[in-house]
Amino acid sequence: MAVEIDAIAAQIIPSTDGPGAREAGVIYFIDRALATFDSDLREAYRVGMAQIEQKRQAMFPTSASVAALSNEQQIGLMRAIESSEFFELLRTHTLYGFLGNPSYGGNRNRVGWEMIGFEDRMAFEPPFGYYDAQEGGK
Amino acid sequence: MSGAKFRPGDAVDFLVIGAGASGGVMAKELATAGFRVVVLEQGPYLTEQAYSHDEIKYTYQAGLTNDPKVQPITYRKNESEPAKRIKAVEYGRQVGGGSVHFTANYWRFHESDFQERSQFGAVAGAGLADWPIQYADLEPYYTKAEYELGISGLAGANPFEGPRSKPYPLPPMPVKSSGVLFDRAAKKLGLHPYPAPVAILSQPYQGRNACVHCGFCESFGCEMRAKSSTLVSVIPVAEKTGRCEIRPNSYVRKIETDGQGRVTGAVYFDSNRREVFQKAKAVLLCANGAETARLLLLSKSKRFPQGLANSSGLVGKYLMWDNGAFASGWFEHPLNEYKSIQATRVLHDYYRADPKRGFYGGGGLDARFDSYPASFALHGMPPDAPKWGAEYKQMLGAYFTHTMGVLAHSSSLAKIENSISLDPEVKDPWGLPALRVTYDYHPDDVATMKWLLTKQVEILEAAGAKKVWTTGLSLEDFMMPSRHLMGTCRMGNDPKESVVDRFNRAHDVANLWIVDGSCFVTSGRQQPTATIQALAYRAADFAIRGVKG
Repeated sequence: MAVEIDAIAAQIIPSTDGPGAREAGVIYFIDRALATFDSDLREAYRVGMAQIEQKRQAMFPTSASVAALSNEQQIGLMRAIESSEFFELLRTHTLYGFLGNPSYGGNRNRVGWEMIGFEDRMAFEPPFGYYDAQEGGK
Repeated sequence: MSGAKFRPGDAVDFLVIGAGASGGVMAKELATAGFRVVVLEQGPYLTEQAYSHDEIKYTYQAGLTNDPKVQPITYRKNESEPAKRIKAVEYGRQVGGGSVHFTANYWRFHESDFQERSQFGAVAGAGLADWPIQYADLEPYYTKAEYELGISGLAGANPFEGPRSKPYPLPPMPVKSSGVLFDRAAKKLGLHPYPAPVAILSQPYQGRNACVHCGFCESFGCEMRAKSSTLVSVIPVAEKTGRCEIRPNSYVRKIETDGQGRVTGAVYFDSNRREVFQKAKAVLLCANGAETARLLLLSKSKRFPQGLANSSGLVGKYLMWDNGAFASGWFEHPLNEYKSIQATRVLHDYYRADPKRGFYGGGGLDARFDSYPASFALHGMPPDAPKWGAEYKQMLGAYFTHTMGVLAHSSSLAKIENSISLDPEVKDPWGLPALRVTYDYHPDDVATMKWLLTKQVEILEAAGAKKVWTTGLSLEDFMMPSRHLMGTCRMGNDPKESVVDRFNRAHDVANLWIVDGSCFVTSGRQQPTATIQALAYRAADFAIRGVKG
């Protein structure tokens, strides 16, 4: 199942123009979440992934897995599932895995933080941004 | 953790239930006045060493608040609906309570907040009432709270605020880009923006560090002890007296009474789920607007068959909470709003209710950013942006550092149908009935939020935002879990129409005080902490005088 989830996470945050969910190790984060603080969601994953596989078989009868689909086919499958409750869960976990604390196995080398421009520091000094700098940090 | 140790069988002078914004203040006031105090707190005793910037722990798992997986909460919109399990309300659950993880906005109520019924008139479908006290009664205690806790702000900068006897003890925090943009736009529109008063230290104060602008205030505990929670301000003072014991992991299930109808102490579960009865000569209930009402309802006895202090039948009724609407703007240049405190500018031009609008209500607006990396990616993007894929990723990169919000903190009308009650079916792991929340907006709450949203959008547009968007007002999608829980033991002079008197003492029980958001008669504009703490200082003052005779 991990390979399949990884393929979906990699569509949520693709590796275009820099590291995405795959490079960030999102799948390791999800593994850890389901083994610890979100263990009550394992059943939701089992059921949700089974439904996605059914959808894949219906849309692409000769395909072997989500991971084996072409990029265009994967995007087509994503469109078909994007309004489901389970997709929202996958998206939530993917984003926490991409942008959360690296100690949970995701956001490797802080690639997520780097992508959005978040500096992980304990202290900052004014000015913080462009507009307060204009005011001389008053 | 230091302080005294008392045996449960020894009746202490005061038993405080809840070590939060008000309980911490009460404990300090009573212990320094020479009384022996035990404080029971259902959550743990954490200190700054335990805190971190871990978004997975503190926003995703809401690590400093009640956990609905452990303590179930049920919710229904109205009585005719079955209640379902959902985290409808949220409160701080550790020593320091909500003052540990709050954003730290510290607004005084206006003079008008105490007399809205007289000034505005009756509102159909709502129990709008005047407070039995006035702003002037509380003013000395607001000042005391600001000095004892450590509040930063600029006196006189808010032209709508009531008179103050003293300036803030600390200058305001440095302005952020959101504050500058808000300030410029508001002034262009003829409004009166001012530096946000916050319970965060702009300079070192009473042995604590100044804020270092790390940016992790809302939902997080402060690692620098710069946020002026009761945990780092008054609770250490209480413990230092040697007369105050803070007892964490103590979950109270019942306040006991004697044949004369006086409280004698409380039964709680300790961390090993053993039942302990702590005796006391008086009880101060400070367990927040939800749990305070629940505990009174749980404390039924032969003498108090409807629950303790509930001869009016109003315990749990008139629940009010933090209604508000959110607008966001995307700007050309980087704001880097993730740095420093959440809000640095506020305006109160739309605060007062005005009958000319055709509905009751008003709000205070602040310029803010209260997202963190993952929560922004999930909830902070425009609704018309893609939710996944290459374009979404590209937009995230462009939006996180260039976005700010304007939040309206708006009024919540007291409706008798909105309530905290005991769930008849769902039990918690201790075998107690779950907290059941019944809540739906009053139509004027919605009208107020919609009206304020037009003002928020106007400000963002005047500030030069390249794109402006708003979030919805749906209870389930945007409002819950709600915080700032108020109204469930309202204050009043008439024992038939209220639960506590003008000094926060229960009408029905001479040695029980109820001091937290539950005593609020009106909601103000959703920043209740300053008023909760001023009321706590005032109630302590009167409790001490009452006991000393």
